[in-house]
Amino acid sequence: MKTNTRPKNRKPAPKNQGAKKIFRFDVEKIRKDFPILREKVHGKRLVYLDNAATTQKPLEVIQSLDRYYREYNSNIHRGLHLLSEKATAAYESARVKAQKFLNASDAREIIFTRGTTEGINLVAQTWGRKNLGADDEIIISAMEHHSNIVPWQMLCGEKGAKLKVIPINDAGELVMEELKKLFTAKTKLLALTHVSNALGTVNPIGEIIQYAHARGVKVLVDGAQAVSHLPVDVLALDCDFYVFSGHKIYGPTGIGILYGKYKLLEEMPPYQGGGDMIASVTFEKTLFKKPPQKFEAGTPHIAGVIGLGAALDYVGEIGWGAIAAHEHDLLVYGTEKLKALPGLQLIGTAGQKAGVLSFTLGEIHPHDIGTILDRQGVAIRAGHHCAQPVMDRFGIPATARASFSLYNTRAEIDALVKAIRKVQEVFS
Amino acid sequence: MSEYSDLYQDLILDHQKNPRNFGEMEGANHHADGFNPLCGDKISLSLRTDEKGVIQDIRFKGSGCAISKASASMMTVALKGKKSEEAEKLFHQFHDMVMGTGDAKPPVDLGKLKVFAGVKEYPARVKCASLAWHTMEAALHQENAVISTDDGVEP
Repeated sequence: MKTNTRPKNRKPAPKNQGAKKIFRFDVEKIRKDFPILREKVHGKRLVYLDNAATTQKPLEVIQSLDRYYREYNSNIHRGLHLLSEKATAAYESARVKAQKFLNASDAREIIFTRGTTEGINLVAQTWGRKNLGADDEIIISAMEHHSNIVPWQMLCGEKGAKLKVIPINDAGELVMEELKKLFTAKTKLLALTHVSNALGTVNPIGEIIQYAHARGVKVLVDGAQAVSHLPVDVLALDCDFYVFSGHKIYGPTGIGILYGKYKLLEEMPPYQGGGDMIASVTFEKTLFKKPPQKFEAGTPHIAGVIGLGAALDYVGEIGWGAIAAHEHDLLVYGTEKLKALPGLQLIGTAGQKAGVLSFTLGEIHPHDIGTILDRQGVAIRAGHHCAQPVMDRFGIPATARASFSLYNTRAEIDALVKAIRKVQEVFS
Repeated sequence: MSEYSDLYQDLILDHQKNPRNFGEMEGANHHADGFNPLCGDKISLSLRTDEKGVIQDIRFKGSGCAISKASASMMTVALKGKKSEEAEKLFHQFHDMVMGTGDAKPPVDLGKLKVFAGVKEYPARVKCASLAWHTMEAALHQENAVISTDDGVEP
């Protein structure tokens, strides 16, 4: 059994630990990769704890965008010139990176989108419109982000279908017995988040996907909050669709991934019509390309795709073992420190959690907490986190939420605690 | 003194803790509900004006952050006994002050309400400070209005 007491300059960890370059996780070294962490806000050192909203970008990602625009900016899949060939190669190599990242069996199962929201809407508007009829049912959960509620609600409205909701318990976990009761012969799809953005809960999606598949129900997993915290293996999970956003995993905004099983993608109608998704066009008839191009109409966010590829490389170099251990330490440390504060109540205390600490502070409104923390350099999110039904479930209007990433430190959690004490002083 | 004392002044904290004119009101002839979907702030405002348009009584209910609650409380104190035209004038002066669009020095008419001048340095909180005022304006103009800082449209 290896321990983390390995000397610094000792060579490679065993392959199965997932670490390639950095064998001993050094958070100070990681922090140097992120230029923004040297910024000051209101004259204070930035303590960035709003990672569930968006993560910061390492230099490799920033430089990959810069390099594309400086050295080989060009449109893809069209030009017969060198720059276009280079851009196309970089774009398609990012697709392969995403395929490997998700352990998909085929790069053609990777579709570039604007983000998680567009990925879900794409599935709703193509697979959903084709396969859903009146009185059919879609199951979601009570902990979904609005982006995994509203597209289904719109689809159900159009088709006369029903939306059913898996309840959650006081800890913020899915009530599994209730989940099972919701499936009927009419159930067509389960759309479920992998990790809750408002509560941090990690759902047992493997087990749930098996259960759904045994009943002939397709499963879409919202991975927006999961991908930066834990390894995802779509083959092992056997999910039908998996969606995430690049900007929540150190990549640029405006770019995301939709994974779909190839057979399903083949059967789905196109999402948008336009350039790059057609095989031939006449005024009488248009033939579409095969996936993934069928779903990528128009000039895509080429720089964003390249930047996302760089971000996935970055995560791969650090390795899941190291990231998971560090983030787990932050979660345990942060949970203990926050729990010790009088009057603070954690919202979301699931047995399996990612690095999210949502809390309330007695009568003090989360927006007041957010403002006072901000003036001390501590950036958190305050509000309903685009999950109003979660707030309703707990009978609160909003929470304050600190969310961690691989570059956060215990010292930053101490700064958070100190700042919360200031809030309590102001309102004492 | 601390870096946020320009916003969380003692007078604001006092009104937040002990809101004036808080609760139900009998015999109201104007009413409106205000809602800020961003933070879930809710205010329900009732007024009673006489035949000359003078605000005889004004009360509010609701929940929200310190800024929205204190703003509602101080507004009710400021408006009692004022004519509705005067209330509207104060609303515009208050709005200019928190938006930072008015004179550098807030008009004297605002009196104690000048304590909210610091809000302009906190753009994310302007809606909190002005929610009660928007609700008041809606109440004077329409019967049982429901207003929102962001418009919600039924599909």
